[in-house]
Amino acid sequence: MNPQWSSVPDPSPSPKLVIDASGIEKSFGDGSSRIHVLKNVNFQAYIGEIMMLVGPSGCGKTTLLSAIAGTMGVDGGDIIVFDNELGKMSGAALTRFRAKNIGFIFQQFNLIPTLTVAENVSVPLLIQGLAGGKALKRSREALEKVGLGQRWKERPNKLSGGEQQRVAIARALVHDPPLVICDEPTAALDAKNGEIVLDLFSQVARSPGRAVIIVTHDNRIFSYADRISHMDDGEIVEVTKQSRTTPPHFEHEHTIALTP
Amino acid sequence: MFSLALKMLFGDTAKYLMLVAGLFFATFLIVQQASVFCGLMRWTTATLKNVAAPIYVVEEQVEQVNETNPMRDTDVARVRSVSAVRWAMPLYSGIQRVRLADGSFKTVQLVGIDAASLAGAPQRMVEGNLKDLRLPNTVVIDELAIERLSVDFKDPAKRIKIGDSFEINDIEARVVGICQAMRSFTGGPYIWTTYERALQYTPPQRKMLSAVIAAPGKGMTMDQAAAAIEKETGLRAYVNRDFGKNERDVTTGKTTRYGDFNTATVWWYVKNTGIPISFGTTVVIGFIVGVAIACQTFYAFVLDNLKHLGALKAMGMSNFRLSLMLIFQAFTVGIIGFGLGLLASAAFAMGALKNGQPPLYMPWQIPVAAFAVIQVICMLAALMGIIRLSLYEPAMVFRA
Repeated sequence: MNPQWSSVPDPSPSPKLVIDASGIEKSFGDGSSRIHVLKNVNFQAYIGEIMMLVGPSGCGKTTLLSAIAGTMGVDGGDIIVFDNELGKMSGAALTRFRAKNIGFIFQQFNLIPTLTVAENVSVPLLIQGLAGGKALKRSREALEKVGLGQRWKERPNKLSGGEQQRVAIARALVHDPPLVICDEPTAALDAKNGEIVLDLFSQVARSPGRAVIIVTHDNRIFSYADRISHMDDGEIVEVTKQSRTTPPHFEHEHTIALTP
Repeated sequence: MFSLALKMLFGDTAKYLMLVAGLFFATFLIVQQASVFCGLMRWTTATLKNVAAPIYVVEEQVEQVNETNPMRDTDVARVRSVSAVRWAMPLYSGIQRVRLADGSFKTVQLVGIDAASLAGAPQRMVEGNLKDLRLPNTVVIDELAIERLSVDFKDPAKRIKIGDSFEINDIEARVVGICQAMRSFTGGPYIWTTYERALQYTPPQRKMLSAVIAAPGKGMTMDQAAAAIEKETGLRAYVNRDFGKNERDVTTGKTTRYGDFNTATVWWYVKNTGIPISFGTTVVIGFIVGVAIACQTFYAFVLDNLKHLGALKAMGMSNFRLSLMLIFQAFTVGIIGFGLGLLASAAFAMGALKNGQPPLYMPWQIPVAAFAVIQVICMLAALMGIIRLSLYEPAMVFRA
């Protein structure tokens, strides 16, 4: 049992565990240049919550996120995501697992500039093998839900930073993954756009059967979290729980229902 | 996914155009230079095309058609005596100088054929009557001769025509016919006359017979007849068919290949001149330029898109599908670059055919080989991208 977690009550009376990572170890480099990035980290996340991983730069937040997402192997410990032990999965199985179960939102959006907004959103569906026409139709529906339905034909560079991140959110959710992983989602946004994006995350996390993990060091958005894991020097030093806030204007500005 | 791959490719206009330009340039260099080389090699066998006898009998040391080791006139009778031979006629072939009306000299390829049978005569007459060649001091010239032997080719009134005369070694040669003929390797026009008159036009030598042309007897193949001639006369007998073509022996059903004069001539030039090295170097440069531009540009394209490709990888796209995308992109630019290069080569070829030079011959094997080379270049380019992408950990996409 995670000693840090034992001090924190469960987020709901019978929460379903989405991620159960225990004893995670990760180092980079060899010999004297070896850096121990994750030190016996234990981490849990539950359905229906927004879990934030916070801490100073270089504390191992992104490395832990990569490990949880199955994009990076670890040196020790077990990571179980939706009852799948990632360490025992083959590379191909991990790739399929990510395609089906995880929606990604990156700090720099990572939208492909030569594709239209709708084509960008359709990428996860195409990865899953959906035909182009159907994928485009569903991506336009997803764009409607983030308030960009009219701009589906435009290229990402015609959109503001906040709009691009909303496109990235639509892309992360278009295939309805149960786990959404966000890396510094507001780092490239101003306060107003950051607020809009976090409002969307709140809605996303409220969707049945979904959890959102956010790596951030933007303290403006901490209030959106259900729980916050504080990291420092490769360890989770504290897990705090709080009541999630939702700005009052949100319900009027965005009426989104991100699950089918 | 392929449509995404294409949009990513076409969206980066600068690199896309650079890739196409590189492959276009490589295709053009390879196809054009290889075609000029083949054209030049074809010119070396022009005499064999223009004097289309089935079998050439020459002095035993002769290795190619433009090499003349004179034989005795009696060798014609020796060849005729071979039972496998239907007919055998003397042939003179040599380079002579023509003196024009304005006093200038031009080099020509003089061909002397048997006056009675006219065996070895030009195959396509454009003007005049071939039989007039039996009249005194007459010659048949090819179309190139009109350009070369006219005092002023640009003035239609001063162009050489039937009835006009010039001199070969101070002896009159009157034009009685104009024919189509392939240009000779030396660039001079072909002039036909009778064998006896050709000997008059040529400074006297002890032996003057250049070759005996012959045809196989009834029921014999060219190969069988040539073998019989060699066996019975000790002379060298070559068959005359297209480069690299074999002949099926109707009696045994086996594919045979006796000494083909076209093939022997081309190989002689390949082995004994610097021509293939010169053209081959240009073709290799075309390949290297193609590899350098395509690989470098495609690699830069992959590097530019690495974070997007990494994002796709993180989102669950397999290395195999990403590799297929890169291969598809590389082959797409390859096909476009090749197509444009081939079009440019065809335009060059049309110009060459219109002007008669440079020599150009483009058998189907050249575009096919060039296509294969371009696809190899594209495969190399794609491979570099695939290696780079396979080394890219999907977790890298989280690094800002």
